[in-house]
Amino acid sequence: MSLWVDKYRPKTLDDLHYHEGLSTRLKSLADSPDFPHMLFYGPSGAGKKTRIGCTLRALFGQGVEKLKIDQRVFLTPSKRKLDLNVVSSNYHTEITPSEVGNYDRVVIQEILKEIAQTQQVDMNAKQRFKVVVLNDADSLSRDAQAALRRTMEKYMTNIRIILCANSTSKLIAPIKSRCLLVRVAAPTFQEMKTVLEHVAKKEKFDLPETASHSIIEDSNGNMRKALLVFEALKMQSTDLSGPLTIAKPDWETYCYKVADMILQEQTPQRVMDVRAKLYELLSHCIPPTVVLKTIADRIVQNVDEALKADIMHWAAIYEVRMRNGNKKIFHLEAWVVKVMSLYKHFFYDIDMTGFDDC
Amino acid sequence: MDKFFQPQTTRTSQKQQKHVATPEAQPWVEKYRPKTIEEVASQEHTVAVLRKSLMSSNLPHMLFYGPPGNGKTSTILALSRQLFGPDNFRTRVLELNASDERGISIVREKIKDFARQTPRAITTSSDGKTYPCPPFKIIILDEADSMTQDAQAALRRIMETYARITRFCLVCNYVTRIIEPLASRCSKFRFLPLAPQSAETRLSQIATAESIPLSQPVVRTLISTSQGDLRRAITYLQSASRLALVSQPREDITVRDVQEIAGVVPDAVMVDFAGVIGVEVEREVGEDGMEVDEKPVQGKAKGFDDIRAKVREIVREGYSASQLLLQLHDMIILHPTLTSRAKSKCALVLAEADKALCDGADEELWILEVGVRVWKAVSDSR
Repeated sequence: MSLWVDKYRPKTLDDLHYHEGLSTRLKSLADSPDFPHMLFYGPSGAGKKTRIGCTLRALFGQGVEKLKIDQRVFLTPSKRKLDLNVVSSNYHTEITPSEVGNYDRVVIQEILKEIAQTQQVDMNAKQRFKVVVLNDADSLSRDAQAALRRTMEKYMTNIRIILCANSTSKLIAPIKSRCLLVRVAAPTFQEMKTVLEHVAKKEKFDLPETASHSIIEDSNGNMRKALLVFEALKMQSTDLSGPLTIAKPDWETYCYKVADMILQEQTPQRVMDVRAKLYELLSHCIPPTVVLKTIADRIVQNVDEALKADIMHWAAIYEVRMRNGNKKIFHLEAWVVKVMSLYKHFFYDIDMTGFDDC
Repeated sequence: MDKFFQPQTTRTSQKQQKHVATPEAQPWVEKYRPKTIEEVASQEHTVAVLRKSLMSSNLPHMLFYGPPGNGKTSTILALSRQLFGPDNFRTRVLELNASDERGISIVREKIKDFARQTPRAITTSSDGKTYPCPPFKIIILDEADSMTQDAQAALRRIMETYARITRFCLVCNYVTRIIEPLASRCSKFRFLPLAPQSAETRLSQIATAESIPLSQPVVRTLISTSQGDLRRAITYLQSASRLALVSQPREDITVRDVQEIAGVVPDAVMVDFAGVIGVEVEREVGEDGMEVDEKPVQGKAKGFDDIRAKVREIVREGYSASQLLLQLHDMIILHPTLTSRAKSKCALVLAEADKALCDGADEELWILEVGVRVWKAVSDSR
């Protein structure tokens, strides 16, 4: 038995529930003789992958659903071995080059060239080209993007590339200008509701209004999260009535606890306690940016209006430092201390101008 | 590079299979590249000089520089085509362009080998025209500013040794990245940014050739979103027409289509955002009157929570942060009533945010940061 997210993932462009305009466009593009390179971007859980899957299906028919997973080994120029998972069908290949970190250029060059230089062998295939789907395109390194640029032009007859990214900010302009940009916005409240109701109907039960409301509120535009929560709730109480408690993920409650600790007391001792908690979070592989954002969000909910802007300002500053720096914990702590001092000074009304820029 | 490889691949593949590389699949940028130097848009000075050299069939080493998409590569390709004709083109011109295959080893092997060959002329050409076909070859190094220092240094001697039979043409965006010894060996040509009029004529020419209806506002949007880069404008036009052609029923290209393809944040969203952070913008009626909703903007700056809600909304829509900052920047700097002091403060914030985004910072946090600080700067100045 598969999860609802997978079970009710739309298979064809006609089944998609929202962004109808986009779906018709994709459909007609798939039918037309010249299918361009594409770049799908949008927040996570908005349905980029689903749309890519549907487009592939429209391009090649059912054959794309026969997938196989390989582990390929690449050799860097410095003789290091890299492993990469490659999901492929007869017509397309899907890779996540960021899996190999800095060496993504090698992977891009090798895989793409290999695919691009061979023609489609299956004479019954609907299209003469093959498709390569690159996930996580915004974490591709500059070098890899430059390598991509050349390949995209040169092998246009044999290959089409579909990039999937969260934001276009980190892609270089030449790549963007070679692709057809497709923005997949997060679904609206109403659209999410339709999807949830659709799933409920397929599972043959009624979805009370209140339940769907609280699920959607909680998911913040992330369809995948909404469906997972929905299924979890259904497991808890079969009729979905009464007051529902959507279980927050552990790390989120933990972050909230940290935020509350910061606001309760501002002493060196408390900093040490917070530090221990932060370490705990980091050692459970919660990305530091997420930790910072969640704590900051919680804190600004509970402080005076005058402080909110400052707290977010420092959060933004320390987040960049964290990216540039090496030890995440230093910057997280520094931010915590900063917030504490801001908070304390605000209450004791001490002039802060001398300490403002550090 | 495309030009260089395309004829070969299409010719061989056409024999085997008909449906490979149909003309529709060819990018318009390639399809409508100028065939002669006379066709190159708005570079009068350069074209005049080159025309002279075409007549005397002698050429110096050349260095073309200027912003992207204003015809540097097109000029040299057209020139060499006119010099050598289609038959000799392939044996006489070597074009190298991307950043991945021009290390020092390539300079030493490929370029040197090519430079060394003595050209052979085929005097009669297949299309009946006569070409000057001077006794030298041309090596085009496109995007030469991304060549390493070492590779450039290795070129120095090669350029001199084979000067009798080979001419080099370096094409780059930033002339300062070319090492001095190389630059001094070339005669430099600066390519000016394209004038909007000539870009406009070019775009409408293409539109007529492809028989797509193109309205004036769309052309203007194409030019403004591409910021003087004709290649980008043409690519956008092609993508937009692709979408317009396949849609059922057939529609004309709209301003909105172009903006969506270029990844531009729609004006309505921008005006809303600006309104929330206290930058009042006079509403213009949108080109097709659809985007702009009629509610008057609440000019009064709102609080932190409103800004945060708005930022959340924008992030959910998936717009790119750098694009948003770019448009916000234009809005603030060109704003008629803001004080200079507020504007400079905003500029500082935007610059910082851009740096942060380049370092890979979190987009939501920084849009919020920019929003809040712009809001503060603007409300302080009142």
